[in-house]
Formats: sequence, C-alpha cells, structure tokens
Amino acid sequence: MAITSTSGRRPWTFYALAAFFGAYVLFLYGPMLCIYVLSFSGPQGGLSFPMRGFSLHWFRQLIDQGDTGDLVGAISRSLPLALVVMVITVVVCFAAGMAFRTRFPGSGVLFALVVASLVAPGYVLGIGIGLMFQLLGWEPTWYTSALGAQLSWTLPFGLLIMFAIFGRFSRSYEEAARDLGARPLQSLRLVVVPILLPGIIAVALFGFTLSYDEFARTLQSVGSNNTLPIEIWSMTQNVTSPSIYALGTVTTAVSFVVIGVALGAIALIQRRRAAGIAMRRA
Amino acid sequence: MDATVDPAAVARAGAAPGAVELAGLVKRYPNGTLAVDGVNLRIPPGSYCCLLGPSGCGKTTTLRMIAGHEEPSEGEILIDGANVVGQPPRARGTAMMFQSYALFPHLSVRDNVAFSLRVRGVGRAERLREADRVIEQVQLTALATRLPGQLSGGQQQRVALARAIITRPRVLLLDEPLSALDEFLRLQMRAELKAMQQQLGITFIHVTHTQLEAVAVADQVVVMADGGIRQAATARAIYTQPDSAYVARFMGGQNVLSGVVETSEGGIATLRGPGGAGYVLRIGTQAMPVGRTVAFAVRRDRVRPATDGAPNSITGQVRAVEYQGTFVKVTLVAPAGDFVAYVDEGAYFRAPVALGSTASFGWDMDEAHQLTTE
Repeated sequence: MAITSTSGRRPWTFYALAAFFGAYVLFLYGPMLCIYVLSFSGPQGGLSFPMRGFSLHWFRQLIDQGDTGDLVGAISRSLPLALVVMVITVVVCFAAGMAFRTRFPGSGVLFALVVASLVAPGYVLGIGIGLMFQLLGWEPTWYTSALGAQLSWTLPFGLLIMFAIFGRFSRSYEEAARDLGARPLQSLRLVVVPILLPGIIAVALFGFTLSYDEFARTLQSVGSNNTLPIEIWSMTQNVTSPSIYALGTVTTAVSFVVIGVALGAIALIQRRRAAGIAMRRA
Repeated sequence: MDATVDPAAVARAGAAPGAVELAGLVKRYPNGTLAVDGVNLRIPPGSYCCLLGPSGCGKTTTLRMIAGHEEPSEGEILIDGANVVGQPPRARGTAMMFQSYALFPHLSVRDNVAFSLRVRGVGRAERLREADRVIEQVQLTALATRLPGQLSGGQQQRVALARAIITRPRVLLLDEPLSALDEFLRLQMRAELKAMQQQLGITFIHVTHTQLEAVAVADQVVVMADGGIRQAATARAIYTQPDSAYVARFMGGQNVLSGVVETSEGGIATLRGPGGAGYVLRIGTQAMPVGRTVAFAVRRDRVRPATDGAPNSITGQVRAVEYQGTFVKVTLVAPAGDFVAYVDEGAYFRAPVALGSTASFGWDMDEAHQLTTE
C-alpha cells in the first residue's frame, strides 16, 4: 500500500534507482557529448576544453586526408562488409531458428558450439584467425578472414535473438497454411516470413551494427587494409587533432542513419499494410 | 491435381460426403509414449461426431491424424472408402479449425479466407469474390477488411470457420473450437457450428473435453480415455446407457453402484451392496452366476426420497446441498460411496434436508442401468 502513489511518498529504492540511472546517463552521454561538441571547435582548437572557436574545419580535414588516415577507403570497406555480414547473419540465423525448433541428434552440442563463440575472447580469436591464414599461406583481407571473424560474433548473437523470435511463433500458423494447401515455400513466403518480419529486421540491424563497430576480432584478421574502427584506433595512435573527434561524430551519425532506416522500414511496412487494407475497404 | 471433392456433387451422386473410418489406428511417439492405442471407429457421412475425453486421452492426436498433421504409426484412415494415410490435407478433402484458430495476423479477414485459393493460384479478383461469398455466409461482411487482432473471439472463430469451409472439405475437423470463448459465446457458437454442419451437409469431427458441449451438438459421441475408445454412441445413449463405470462417471449425472449377485432369474438379479443394501437390477436374458460383482448406474435426476432400508435405495448422511436453480443437488455419504440426488426444486423445498442429517433416496428398477464393461 505504501508504494502506491496515492500515499504521496516514494520508497527509498526509487531514489536509489533514480541516482543509478542518472549516473548511467551521465557516463553514456556525457563523454559522447564532449566529443561531439569539441569536434566543432575552430582551427586553433585542441583535444580538451575550453573550446576555441566554432567551425567545420576538422570535418574538412577528415576528407582532405592531410594528417588523418585513409578514412574514405575504410568506410568503403566497412559498409559493404557490414552489409554482407548482415545478409549472411539473417539468412543463416533464420534457417537455424527454423531448424532448432525441433530437437535433432546433436542439437544440444551444436548449440553449445555456436554459443561458445560469444564467450571466447574476441581478440585472441582474431589473432588465431590471422595465424591460421598465415599457416595456410592465404592473404588475410577484410572480405575473407575479417568476414569470418565477424560472423563468429554476429551469428551466435543473431541466433539467440532468432530463438526468442521463434519462441513466440506458434507452429499452428504453418500447420494452418499446410492445411489450406500451401506448399512449404509458399508457407515460408506468405506466412512465416511476413509474421516474423519485424524480428528479422531486428536481427539484420544487429548484424549490421555489430559488424560496423567490430574491433577485437577484426584487429588481427583484417590484413593490410583497415575497416573503420581499426582506422580510427590507429588514428588515435598518431593523430593529435580534433579531427579524431570529428570522425567520432560522423560515425555516430552513420549509425543513427542505419538505425533510422531500419525503424523507418518497419514503420513503412506497417503503414503499407494498413494502407493496403484501407484501399481494399474503399 | 486438385483432389478435393465438391460436397454438393457427391450429394447429387446420392450419398452424403465425408464417411470416415478409422481402422486399428495407433500413434506411438519416438520416446515410446502411446498416444493412440488401436482406435476403430466408423463415422457416418454428413454427421456431427464429437471426440470427448480428458486431456491426454488421445482425442486431439486422433483428430490430427485424420487431418494429416500427424502420421499414424499403424492403421488406416479411410475417407469415403479411400485410405488417405500419407496424403496432404487438401488431397484428403479435410480442413481443420485450430484450437487458437491460427488466423494469419498480418492478413485481413478477406485475405485469410482467400488464402487457400491464393496458394492454388486463383486470380485475385476471383478469389476475393469467392472469399466475400463465404464471409457473407458467416455474417462477417462488415468486418472483411479488419485484421484478426481487431476481432473478438467469436468473430475470429467465424473467420476460422470461413477459411476452412472455402476449401469445400468433405470433413471439417475442429480442435476444441469453443475453448477460447467465454460461457455466453460458447453456447451461441456451438449452436452456430451445429447449424453450419446441417447447412453444409458435410461431416464435422469436433474434439472437446466438455461433456455438455458434446451431447449438445453431436449425433455421435465418442468417449475416449488412455488412447482408446470407451464408448461410441448417440449422445442420448452415452448419457442414459453408459457401457462402463468410466463412461458413467465421466459423463456425470449418474451414480455408479455395485453389488454381489444373490439370485438371478428371468432377467432380474438381486444384489447385495456395501452396508447390506439390497438392489434389484434388470439384466440381460442370460442368467448371472451367484457371487459375481455387478456394477450399475442410477441417474441422479431419477431418484426420489425413500424410506430407510427399502430395496433399491441408499441411506447416508447429507454432506452437501447445492442449489442449482431448477434442482437441488444433495450429496450423501453412504457405505456404497458418495451418492448424489438431483431433487426437483419445488419438491426439495417442500421437504428440505439438513446438513449432517440422515436421508434416503430410492429408484425404480427401470431407472438403473447395468454397466457391462469395465
């Protein structure tokens, strides 16, 4: 009774949790905000406050490639890599989610093998992949060894999300489709995928952002041409200007655009469904 | 290619469609569980059959095998004389209404109903026209553009029914169709199901665990337990002439008693029950050996107040009195076990009994029914 708002007094746990949340927000957004703000400082700006002037100077520096690294090249590798990882993650995890609904011989062992990759130290795994390629005499590149390294991270993640999605998906939808004469592919195309589409987009989003941000596994397996996070990291080793902050602002913006596109796609699908229904009503 | 049969065409040919015969049907799961254990059943064409039993009795598994969503381990399923085991549902001429309806949540009522035509490649205009015709049949025209999530339980059930009957099945299989509805809707929808069955003239096979639901709609009630059939008969026969103590107890409305045969002559046996009660029971033409234990059932609503010690009566202590509107349920604790009397409301209040007091109820010999099987 004392917990209800009618009494007017909140329990002490409310204040403890509120303080904790406040600290969380401060630690998450405070540093990010500092970086975004400083990235807009003037040509005389430094790496710390106080801010000197206001300009887009450091963003221009990024493109001019003066003392910064090969950013355009890094993005031109990171984006297609993230897209490929996304597609493979969605397709493989969806198929695995379908398969894992029934227990089959060895399904427990297989699941453990896949999920073990989540607890394996990513950095060590990356070194191992680099070593393996060296041993086999193959050249490590972002589209071979780094792709494999990133999939070892996104696949178990995607699989766990797929399990949650399929856990709420009733088998009776497929049985109903079959009962009504649908062949397996029709059932998949007309029933299973449309019902699960929001979850599938969520897995795609995860696959993309996990790849686009991936560092530990990629560092030792990417070869000579860096992906964006590695390029940023190497810049922090030798670039001492706010252009590093400008880069942080740009990559965050890209991430937000990707998330926005994904959420927009979900909203569009729902609106189109509603519109389609309205159209048929007319 | 399309093996479904137009029920109207079969009806014109003379016989109603949808004769179902189960022969030695067994379902054994890989872990060794025997879900259905040798079911033999003949369901007449164009009839309403209820598979009735507690959960785990094998009724849903039997239904799913007829539907083609589960393959029997042994036995045959004949629909209009042809063995359909191994065939997909549409080729069998069956359609199923799922327990939770399984309406596709992303499709409108109309697209749900038209689904079976869509996967068969029927053009959009034609399939929607046909869907609208069936939607009208279930009186949902005003809601045809809604999504299932925007419908009430009863409306969803009608969509499920429309989606199933648009395939023109010979046999409609209904898995606990009323369990998701509240009491009021349940009574309404079961009447609608029965009316729809008579209108279509096809066979309905309806799985339920509710006795009153089964006897209300079914031409044939099949009582199942432990993977087998205990009794299959008309609703009235199941209710008034159960074969076994199990069926009598499961259907309710009966007191199950037993006694040891003392004499047996001319189709009538005298029995001695627990506590020395004497019973007179009409038996078959064959005499019964003295000393054998015979079970019989007495309808709860056919007993009347009696004097202590009279033949065909039970005396016991009143343990519970429940007012039920049209009658009063009086439960006695007697040496023979619990005995329940449904006393007419008016009669009860002319001579009420007090909790804890002693009361006697008796019956005419013809109201007792011998239970012939275990």
